[in-house]
Amino acid sequence: MSNIPSDLRYMKSHEWVRTIQDGSMEIGISEHAQAALGDLVFVEVPEVGRTLAAGEACAVVESVKAASDVYSPVGGKVVAANAALATSPELLNQDPYGAGWLFRVQANSPGEPAALMSASDYEAYLADEAK
Amino acid sequence: MAELQLREPLIFELSKPGRQAPTQFPPAAAGSAEIPVHLRRAERPSLPEVSELQAVRHFTRLSQMNFSIDTHFYPLGSCTMKYNPKACNSLAMLPEFLGRHPLGPEPQGFMACMYELQEMLREITGMQAVSLTPMAGAQGEFAGVAMIRAYHRARNDPARNEIIVPQAAHGTNPATAAMCGCSVKEIPCDANGDVDIDALKAAVGPATAAIMLTNPSTLGVFEYKIAEVARIVHEAGGLLYYDGANLNAILGKVRPGDMGFDVIHMNLHKTFSTPHGGGGPGSGAVGVAARLAPFLPIPVVGKEGERFRWLTERDLPQSIGRLSGFMGNAGVNLRAYIYMRLLGREGMVRVAEFATLNANYLMKRLQAAGFEAAYPARRASHEFILTLKRENRLYQVTAMDVAKRLLDYGFHAPTTYFPLLVPECLLIEPTETEAKEDLDRFCDAMIAIRREMEQEPEKLSSAPHTMPVRRLDDVRAAKQLDLAWKPAA
Amino acid sequence: MAFIPHTSDDIARMLEVIGVQSIEDLFDEIPKELRAGVLDVPPAMGEMEVARLLSDRAAGDGRQLNFIGAGAYEHHIPAPVWAIATRGEFYSAYTPYQAEASQGTLQLIYEYQSMMCALTGMQVSNASLYDGASALAEACLMAVRANRASSSRRILVPRAVNPTYARVAHSIAGNQNIVFEPVDFDRAAGRTLLESLETYGGQDVTALVVQQPNFFGSLEEADQLTDWAHDHKILVIAVVNPISLALLKAPGQWGTRSDSNRGADIVCGEGQPLGVPLASGGPYFGFMATRMQYVRQMPGRIVGRTVDTEGRPGFSLTLQAREQHIRRSKATSNICTNQGLMVTAATIYMSLLGAAGLERVAEASLQRTAQLAAALGAVAGVRPAFKTRHFHETVLQLDRPVAPVLAALARRGILGGLDLGERYPELGHALLVCATETKSDADIAAYAGALADIMNTSRAAA
Repeated sequence: MSNIPSDLRYMKSHEWVRTIQDGSMEIGISEHAQAALGDLVFVEVPEVGRTLAAGEACAVVESVKAASDVYSPVGGKVVAANAALATSPELLNQDPYGAGWLFRVQANSPGEPAALMSASDYEAYLADEAK
Repeated sequence: MAELQLREPLIFELSKPGRQAPTQFPPAAAGSAEIPVHLRRAERPSLPEVSELQAVRHFTRLSQMNFSIDTHFYPLGSCTMKYNPKACNSLAMLPEFLGRHPLGPEPQGFMACMYELQEMLREITGMQAVSLTPMAGAQGEFAGVAMIRAYHRARNDPARNEIIVPQAAHGTNPATAAMCGCSVKEIPCDANGDVDIDALKAAVGPATAAIMLTNPSTLGVFEYKIAEVARIVHEAGGLLYYDGANLNAILGKVRPGDMGFDVIHMNLHKTFSTPHGGGGPGSGAVGVAARLAPFLPIPVVGKEGERFRWLTERDLPQSIGRLSGFMGNAGVNLRAYIYMRLLGREGMVRVAEFATLNANYLMKRLQAAGFEAAYPARRASHEFILTLKRENRLYQVTAMDVAKRLLDYGFHAPTTYFPLLVPECLLIEPTETEAKEDLDRFCDAMIAIRREMEQEPEKLSSAPHTMPVRRLDDVRAAKQLDLAWKPAA
Repeated sequence: MAFIPHTSDDIARMLEVIGVQSIEDLFDEIPKELRAGVLDVPPAMGEMEVARLLSDRAAGDGRQLNFIGAGAYEHHIPAPVWAIATRGEFYSAYTPYQAEASQGTLQLIYEYQSMMCALTGMQVSNASLYDGASALAEACLMAVRANRASSSRRILVPRAVNPTYARVAHSIAGNQNIVFEPVDFDRAAGRTLLESLETYGGQDVTALVVQQPNFFGSLEEADQLTDWAHDHKILVIAVVNPISLALLKAPGQWGTRSDSNRGADIVCGEGQPLGVPLASGGPYFGFMATRMQYVRQMPGRIVGRTVDTEGRPGFSLTLQAREQHIRRSKATSNICTNQGLMVTAATIYMSLLGAAGLERVAEASLQRTAQLAAALGAVAGVRPAFKTRHFHETVLQLDRPVAPVLAALARRGILGGLDLGERYPELGHALLVCATETKSDADIAAYAGALADIMNTSRAAA
């Protein structure tokens, strides 16, 4: 059973979302996702300042097995991106909820998008997918 | 077991400034034509500087580091690694064929071969028309889907842009659909490995352009309900596309046209024994039912009286167009033609018979040795799948470990991890050109590996041991990209 | 039975193990109503009879003196090239999926990639694509993926680019909302003028294709065109001839702007001139090279160097997850093969010739074409079409229809060139001729003599 921190929210496409003090949202991919991908060889994060639409593919995580798109939960502007992943993609494998964060987005409108799941809902979703 | 060459430096490491193979140089040119300075190259490119013998020795030694059909049993499922007859190569390389420019007047001898190839492929597949243009299976697939799309558009039914694909299908299918502006709808297979008929009925509708199938399927079993599948899709207004990768299983026994397929792509480099060449060139000829004939990719060989000529844009105004600079992989098609003349009517029928005999024999012997077939209740077609999920649970060995260990025993590994549906699988295709003793030796090796699984599993997990290299670090290859030798600055 | 080794004893034993009476029983899952009848194909032939059939047909086709280029070029192919490429270990090996058992092929491809980088002046090359035409189609799809500054999916394709390449690009990429826009060439110069591009100045354009030398054999002002494109955030797709790169500036160096932005963005072309015979049209191979920053958008296979578990250097296919990603992206490619055998030949060819040898081949081809153009231009009724410098092809204008002249030449065993009438009707009676290092003084004299004869004869008749 993979680690699913209860203070975060999750998307069906395996992103996690953390609301930061300044109101922006920090996004990464879950423990389950990084384990499924295997050792990451390349991570592409969006440029700071870029405008995103809700659900837009804006980052890429690549292992030897697969390359996956990462989606933004909200429309807004990218206010930060994890540059360390360019030289050390393994950070994401080692610490997917901490040092392996991907980017932060400042949403256009306040409030949480409906499509985010709680930790327990995500856990149930994973169990369902495994069947 | 053939001894492999172990180590060979890069040709750049063998180079020495000023070394040349001058016999290969043309005489120095007399004349005053010039390239203006600003368009001229400033520095010579860093290409090798070796003697002719050094080059010959280097590449000969590299060849000795390879497994190949000529040297090893190569049961790579879905690739049909049968013997490539030498005559196909030597006759295709006759100087008159080899030196011919494609844009001159149509060479009647060569065109006769191409025309007859088209006709033979038509007959074998039960289709109405054939184009030899696509240069590989993926291009043939693209042509097939593009023709289907063009057909629906021509009938003012452009909403048909959904391609139904079984879950076990090859990965190129969704990509091909996207290239043609279509989307993909996946349907599951049932427990026996056949298309789930109920799921199919639910999936078809006014948006259905086609279903893409292969028969026998990628799971190695014959879709015996194919007539019903065809009826359901046709009634819904869609067409049937046949992926010809597994044609070796049914050559002469069943014809895709008779099964209801409207378009088929063939992999001439599989069933028709053209060389795999370390990754190509292939040839993905397409055959179609009458209603798709106007859309065939050009050029196609036509015959007027006793003369052959290329049919082009003017003759086929609704064609999906050209897919290559000239007429596709002419030399590959010529090799396929020669192969088919050598086989003839009698030989072609024997292909599927003995490919199937060899596959069933291997499956039975391996099952008797304790290996688990993915679909034990079904006949093998020309290939079959073993699943190592039980061995994985018991001994922590993977299909990859077994594949690597087989190399030490002098066999190229079967295909691993395809189809994706079957866990820890090996897809094994012996082909009809292998003798019983070679199949038995392969079984003996698998039996020995099974014993190692139980007693010395680390021999598998650290295999191969006797190749020029041990297991390679794929993660590092993708992370620290070293994709070209560069001269020291 | 051709290539089937089974004796009746083998068959009996195998059937026993399987547990069936006959081979037919193995097909019992196939419904009877689907079973094929007797195939209506010719009976089997032994190797001797097939050899006879093929040599008779080949003899009928015969050999001619060839002066056609137009995308496929006749060059001397050193004897070792195919002697080695047809060794069973190269000829009958598969794609190197089991890397440890394919180090020969993989190392060869790595060397090939290195040589293509050297020739094109780019940082990374793939392991080849099907041919030059489809390589351009792939380059266009790649440009759409790579050019983040553009969303128009518009690609400018000068009419001086090989017209078949343009058609193929349309067939392959046209279903993905990519718009190909033609840009005219200057009638006097035979190349693409900067003025023709200027209308696109403020617009959203994804890429510009520059073929060097262009289809007419003329030299484009590649630096100028590259600068213009980059100034407008347009990617440059270079379509080049590999032999010409021994003399011409490498596309990696095109343009005069600062170092980091220098050069074409994607380079592609037809690799056939590098040791691959004309062979009636194929198989050839397409090459593609690009900047390292775009490597993940590049289609096709790529070989990388890495180490094994004991630290030994080795080679394997790499960036394979990228191929799947390209299959799902906004400009999709489905390619999954390369032209392995042709790449093998090309790598051996480039190793034997080296830079010095390639330079000699290119220089000889340049001079022979100039010599040919002069000799043919001296025939009454023939003159050069363009003023621009050319490489190893050029266009001649005739004072009468080209087709009958070519037919008359063919009857004398000479393939005089390509009639451009269908592709470029505005050029009138135009003929594209090519002479490589394979043409001697006697060959050129033979052509010029025959042409003079034909032109005078038909004039006299008129």
